[in-house]
Amino acid sequence: MATASKDALPITVANVTKTYGKVHALDDVSLEVKSGEFLTLLGPSGSGKSTLLMVLAGFTRPDHGSLKFGDTEVIRTAPHLREVGMTFQNYALFPHMTVAGNVGYPLRLRKRPKAEIAERVEKALETVQLGGFGNRRIDQLSGGQRQRVAVARAIVFEPRILLMDEPLSALDKKLRDQMQIELRRLHEKLGMTTVYVTHDQREALTMSDRIAVVNHGRIMQLATPHDLYERPANRFVADFIGDSTFLKVTRQGDRITWGDMALAHGAPAPDTAELAMMLRPERIALSDSGPVEGANNFAATAENVVYQGDSYLVQARLSDGAEIILRRAMSGATATTMPAPGDAITPTVAPEDTVLIDGREV
Amino acid sequence: MVAIHANEDGLRRDERLERLKLFGLSSPATLLILVILVIPVGWLFYVSFVGADGSFSLENYERMVSRKSYSRIFITTFQVSFLTTGLCILIGYPLAYFLSQLPPRLASLCMITVLLPFWTSLLVRTYAWLVLLQKQGLINSWAMSLGLWDEPIKMVHNMTGTLIGMVHIMLPFLILPTYGAMRAISQDYMKAASNLGARPRTAFWTVFFPLSTPGLFAGALMVFILCLGFFVTPAVLGGGKVIMVSMKIVSNIELFVNWGAASALGVVLLVLTMIILWVASRFLKLDQIAGGGH
Repeated sequence: MATASKDALPITVANVTKTYGKVHALDDVSLEVKSGEFLTLLGPSGSGKSTLLMVLAGFTRPDHGSLKFGDTEVIRTAPHLREVGMTFQNYALFPHMTVAGNVGYPLRLRKRPKAEIAERVEKALETVQLGGFGNRRIDQLSGGQRQRVAVARAIVFEPRILLMDEPLSALDKKLRDQMQIELRRLHEKLGMTTVYVTHDQREALTMSDRIAVVNHGRIMQLATPHDLYERPANRFVADFIGDSTFLKVTRQGDRITWGDMALAHGAPAPDTAELAMMLRPERIALSDSGPVEGANNFAATAENVVYQGDSYLVQARLSDGAEIILRRAMSGATATTMPAPGDAITPTVAPEDTVLIDGREV
Repeated sequence: MVAIHANEDGLRRDERLERLKLFGLSSPATLLILVILVIPVGWLFYVSFVGADGSFSLENYERMVSRKSYSRIFITTFQVSFLTTGLCILIGYPLAYFLSQLPPRLASLCMITVLLPFWTSLLVRTYAWLVLLQKQGLINSWAMSLGLWDEPIKMVHNMTGTLIGMVHIMLPFLILPTYGAMRAISQDYMKAASNLGARPRTAFWTVFFPLSTPGLFAGALMVFILCLGFFVTPAVLGGGKVIMVSMKIVSNIELFVNWGAASALGVVLLVLTMIILWVASRFLKLDQIAGGGH
């Protein structure tokens, strides 16, 4: 985690509910964002992640609940008094002002002297690597540059909390990857408590200290990227992050079996009526020399083999008819040993990669 | 082996043919404009330079400069147009803003009430105002029976009546483009302004208003130019006290059968309108650049 700047504020959300008619956009959400933390709200569209961000910014009035910045209750504070920086999905840069006009806007509202505004605007622009761009018009900027201006405008008045609503969704992939690292670096430098909304799981994994996975207005799991990926709390989280295959497994006494095959698994199985085994495509190995001692060995038939440049993807059918997907990295040798459709293969999974989760659909 | 320039001529011919067909689509409209606009205006222009004796002369234009009554007519025309435009802005802008903040479906419903006058005959609406505003009209008789005032107030056959009627008729022309521009302003701009610390009033004046001015400006320009050539409403509600250029044109033809004088007035009105449009277009562009400053 970034070193918390002395000015960063923790955020405490408690029992916040927002309904639209009968739909629970937010269903009794409680959440704590630590001072200086980079926390991502991750979820599909309509999950409530943006609603929660709008509650934090003050644009959505919840039915009830509490919201604290530090020790101060702000749930009824008007948006313009909250002193939080925010970037919008479409940037929301004022088209009738120049870059400097946009970035200086919050400072002019705060009646800072002209010289100070000019200085701080230039400094903020330099922070986002747009030094000297002050006189440009907004429509002269590329998507990536607009994004940077939006960030500069959100940080120039030194808010202690920064909210970002899918800031990179309009950028192409290359630029997005680059901006992810840049935003992360910026966060480390400024140390503001940051709440970031995205539907892109990879973005969330790359950037966050912790991720809250949101669905149906509830937080499904709040954990570090590592724990979220390795130990998903439920089927939804496991499914949303990564492209996993789920196999229904049963508990027989203290043994977990798939069909009549006893499974070796690392962490203990959760204590639920239904169980599923989660298999990550990149954690499934293909054994060339038959079953591997100590691992879970499956018998399967390759159905589709897709070359994807850096790796190849195998769709295979297990002996009970279930489909699994596995991915193998490309190296000089594997190119020649790629299975062909119809080949009998032996996918093997190490016990620590055999993750058992609550099998119920959420 | 295919030649490097294979099919070059054929492809170019296809391209030309396609353009020709597209041009063909616009020919009826082009013809129409030629017949009902270019030729009559050209004729108007020609007639305005023909004197009473049938030879080339500037007498029609000289008369406009030398006679006081003519300059008064132009002053009145601009006065009425300015006042109508100003009142339309004062009434129309807040209304357009209100409509733009409603949910879209409710807004379209309300917009129908704004457009309703559009579907009624201009003459009917103008005489309706006469019925409402005259000395024994509905407003005076109701107000007096309610004791609001004792003597009938003169609200028609003067500038007041003309302005009331014209503002009513022109209002939709201002509201429509203004509303369109306001609808196009993303709510996110206002949210961003608020998030950055702007009170609602400040956010309105620093962000919403500047972004809505192109629509307001287009609407005001349309109202102003329509007003310059307006005839029916000032003729009926002005009661002969408000004489605009269009009315002078009519009396020149109907009373004095002086086509030359009427044409010259028409030409001057046209030229003035074009100058205003030209200045406005310059100003609009300037505004966009200057708007970046603050």
